[in-house]
Amino acid sequence: MKKWIIPWTGALLLCPSWLWACTGNCGDQWAVLTPRGTIAGQEKTLILTALGLMLLVVVPVILMTFMFAWKYRASNPRADYDPDWDHSTLIEWVVWTIPTLIVAVLGYLVWTSSHTLSPYRPIASSQPPLEVQVVAMDWKWLFIYPEWHIATVNRLVIPAGVPVHFSLTSNAVMSSFFIPQLGGQIYAMAGMKTHLHLIADRPGVFQGYNTQFSGQGFSGMTFETVATSGEAFRQWVHQVETGGQVLDRATFATLEKPSINEAPRLYSLALPDLFDSILSNDTTLRTMTSHSPVPMTAIED
Amino acid sequence: MEELIFGRLTLREIPYDNPIIMATLGGSTMLLLCIAFLIWYHGKWSYLWKEWFTSVDHKRIGIMYVVLALVMLLRGFADALLMRTQQALAEGSAQGYLPPDHYNQIFSAHGTIMIIFVAMPFFIGLMNIIVPLQIGARDVAYPFLNSVSFWLTASSAALVMLSLGLGNFSHAGWSGYPPLSEKNYSPGPGVDYWIWGLQLGGVGTLMTGINFFVTILRLRAPGMTLMKMPIFSWTILVTNVLIMLAFPALTVVLALLALDRYTGMHFFTNHGGGNLMMFTNLFWIWGHPEVYIVILPAFGIYSEVVATFSKKRLFGYTSMVYASVAIATLSFMVWLHHFFTMGAGANVNAFFGIATMVIAIPTGVKVFNWLFTFYRGRIEFTTPVLWTLGFIVTFCIGGMTGVLLAVPGADFELHNSEFLIAHFHNMLIPGALFGYFAGYAYWFPKVFGFKLDETWGKRAFWLWIVGFYLAFMPLYALGFMGMPRRLIHYDNSHWQPYLVVALSGTLIIFGGILCQILQLTLSIRNRAQLRDETGDPWDGRTLEWSIPSPPPAYNFARIPQIHTRDAFLSMKKQAHRTEVVDYEAILLPRSSSLGPFMGGLTFVLGFSLVWYLWWSAILALAGLIGCVVARSWDEHTEEELSAQEVCAIETSLRHPGASVSFAGKPPPVQNLTFERSPLP
Repeated sequence: MKKWIIPWTGALLLCPSWLWACTGNCGDQWAVLTPRGTIAGQEKTLILTALGLMLLVVVPVILMTFMFAWKYRASNPRADYDPDWDHSTLIEWVVWTIPTLIVAVLGYLVWTSSHTLSPYRPIASSQPPLEVQVVAMDWKWLFIYPEWHIATVNRLVIPAGVPVHFSLTSNAVMSSFFIPQLGGQIYAMAGMKTHLHLIADRPGVFQGYNTQFSGQGFSGMTFETVATSGEAFRQWVHQVETGGQVLDRATFATLEKPSINEAPRLYSLALPDLFDSILSNDTTLRTMTSHSPVPMTAIED
Repeated sequence: MEELIFGRLTLREIPYDNPIIMATLGGSTMLLLCIAFLIWYHGKWSYLWKEWFTSVDHKRIGIMYVVLALVMLLRGFADALLMRTQQALAEGSAQGYLPPDHYNQIFSAHGTIMIIFVAMPFFIGLMNIIVPLQIGARDVAYPFLNSVSFWLTASSAALVMLSLGLGNFSHAGWSGYPPLSEKNYSPGPGVDYWIWGLQLGGVGTLMTGINFFVTILRLRAPGMTLMKMPIFSWTILVTNVLIMLAFPALTVVLALLALDRYTGMHFFTNHGGGNLMMFTNLFWIWGHPEVYIVILPAFGIYSEVVATFSKKRLFGYTSMVYASVAIATLSFMVWLHHFFTMGAGANVNAFFGIATMVIAIPTGVKVFNWLFTFYRGRIEFTTPVLWTLGFIVTFCIGGMTGVLLAVPGADFELHNSEFLIAHFHNMLIPGALFGYFAGYAYWFPKVFGFKLDETWGKRAFWLWIVGFYLAFMPLYALGFMGMPRRLIHYDNSHWQPYLVVALSGTLIIFGGILCQILQLTLSIRNRAQLRDETGDPWDGRTLEWSIPSPPPAYNFARIPQIHTRDAFLSMKKQAHRTEVVDYEAILLPRSSSLGPFMGGLTFVLGFSLVWYLWWSAILALAGLIGCVVARSWDEHTEEELSAQEVCAIETSLRHPGASVSFAGKPPPVQNLTFERSPLP
């Protein structure tokens, strides 16, 4: 019962008051409002600052609408009536100036934040960043750890407190890589490499998504991001290296076939240049595996 | 050989296995047959053909546009209801009731239909009906072209509707991003239906844009300088400039995608030098101005409604004009905000973010000007005013979330989420649709000579506004919970309650739509009580209210001389209400069956291209060219209405004794005297 109360009252209150209520102590399900990394934290602050600034104009306007509509209703003969009044230089100045000022402040905010929060900007840290190469596939995420010679599917493990540099591409259609609690998203596109810098402040598990519709298996293209301590991370890497399946050309050929709702998989990496091969559409990768793109309609579910 | 005749068309393309589609198909076919039978039974087919389908009268074309928009609104809304139900159900182990292939088509069709076949024809219909009346013109600049535009739009709407029962519609989203919309990922006919539906309708829209641009610039009544033009006509002028500048980009991007799909070229493919980023840029260079194309006319309607029902001049007319022009200019500088997450540099993102926010300034000015028009007015809370008030309050919230999304750093967290869905519905439903509804109620008595039922209109408004908040406020919340858009299934139980509330809101909106259907039915039934004999039921201010309702085919027996901004109001004040004494002969454009014929050929062309029926595509194209050639040889495109006839019509319309029934029976001419009209 309780879980139904918030949405109903929230929707009925009409205004984002629920938003303010929950910024204090809301649960992890409010992913954007419960950041677990520096970038996401700054993005949340940015969202709330911009909202606050705009409410300075929006709330008075909404109140004015109700007040004017009520006061100047036709049935109220006591209100002034001035049918030919259609200009006031003072009011014109005010109504052009107020939005301009707010937008000027917001514009400054946009300029600075676009640079500090640029996905391409490395995160300042004493630690060197962990390199993770991300490949969007139909319909799963492949994560390659080039420094550690391992790869995973639909499961991202990172050490907490260490900046992570993601290089992204796609081996099929465009997708968008998004871990709301760690920070904003970036598209993954075939033949192109995009970058994203994120960090997890503390250990935890965070949901990741593809937000760019990519076909039949789109909804199942989710993954868990596990942030662990540095020591646990090294142990996990070692486990995968020794215990996992080997990702070679044959395995990749199978993996590459469109599939839906893939469970996490762990691999030790036998193809050190896999990411670059995918990026450059290396024909040897394709001919060796005699792969041809599988049309979406070939997938029956 | 079979391929040469039937292309890739086979009977297997009918989705027998999908009970939802087959039931819809069966139902709508039955309904269409019933309507066709009823029309036949009452012997109205020839009336429809002669008086409506072949008509080049801007008012009749306008009405047909609005009817098309309302029919398509029902289809688009049915899609919305299906999606909302699916999302409310499909949590965890529950998979909902829609197969992914069908669901993906539904959201693609919903977006395409609501923008291209609801919003566009709705405002094009209203502007067809009203703009010539407001500027004192007898028709548009190119009446025949107007008819062709309508039939192109109608036939492309029919093409999109057909995709339901034959083959499928695109499952690549309404924006059809490649490479998903390229042939190796979407080999079926769906994307081709999308391409040709948009492309052929887009040509019609482009011609409408040219037509109304010329109409407004060239056919204004003498004395009506641009700055004396009613504000609705101003926003329409700006809108049509936007159409002329933006639609070619859509035409090009669709043509390039079609070349990729049909001839194996590589504009947007993954390989061979293609680049999908070119598509997104070109698409949104059309797509963002398109938002203002559908919103600016609604702004114009609100301005008219606010001034009329506050019984007061519009505050800040000059500001309003400059604001509209500023919005239009800026709308071409912001397209990149649709893909801040594509990896453009910080400078580029910041530029487009700030440019987007700057649009909020003229938009904010407009809102303030409406408020100061209310100020010291005498507001009558009619249905159009309720839509306007609902719009102002709701639009402020949508504008706020829009500016928020214009901050690249914030957009990274909210892009492609349910927050985005909430935002643009928050702009387009109050910003465009409510405005059209206000215009529909406001101008209905002008078009048909009787008012719409107010009680049911107000009920419809309240259900719409409550339903809107229930349907879309939870989506903002879901955006903050990180929920991506277009999911068919999810594993997060926290999301479900919000989606159920959203579904309940959609059902309440459904109630609003039922009220509107009821309102129309009851109003037609009670038209005798709702009749307006004056032609000016709201104490209007602009020229359209100076002529009888419904207006005669030529609109103005004598084109009025304009001296002031609220032209009709000052005429009323100076008490020389246009009692014309000198009637003149009037040249009227003749009806032409080429319009619907060209529409039919366009439909055949689109259908043939979708199914690779090359022979019929070539025939249809040749037929279309033939129609244009035939038309250019036709020298009898106009007919004259003599001064006597004009006098007879005017007398019957303006004098209560001579009644004109709804069916439009011509008055007996011999009973009228002509002594006041000098004969040529």
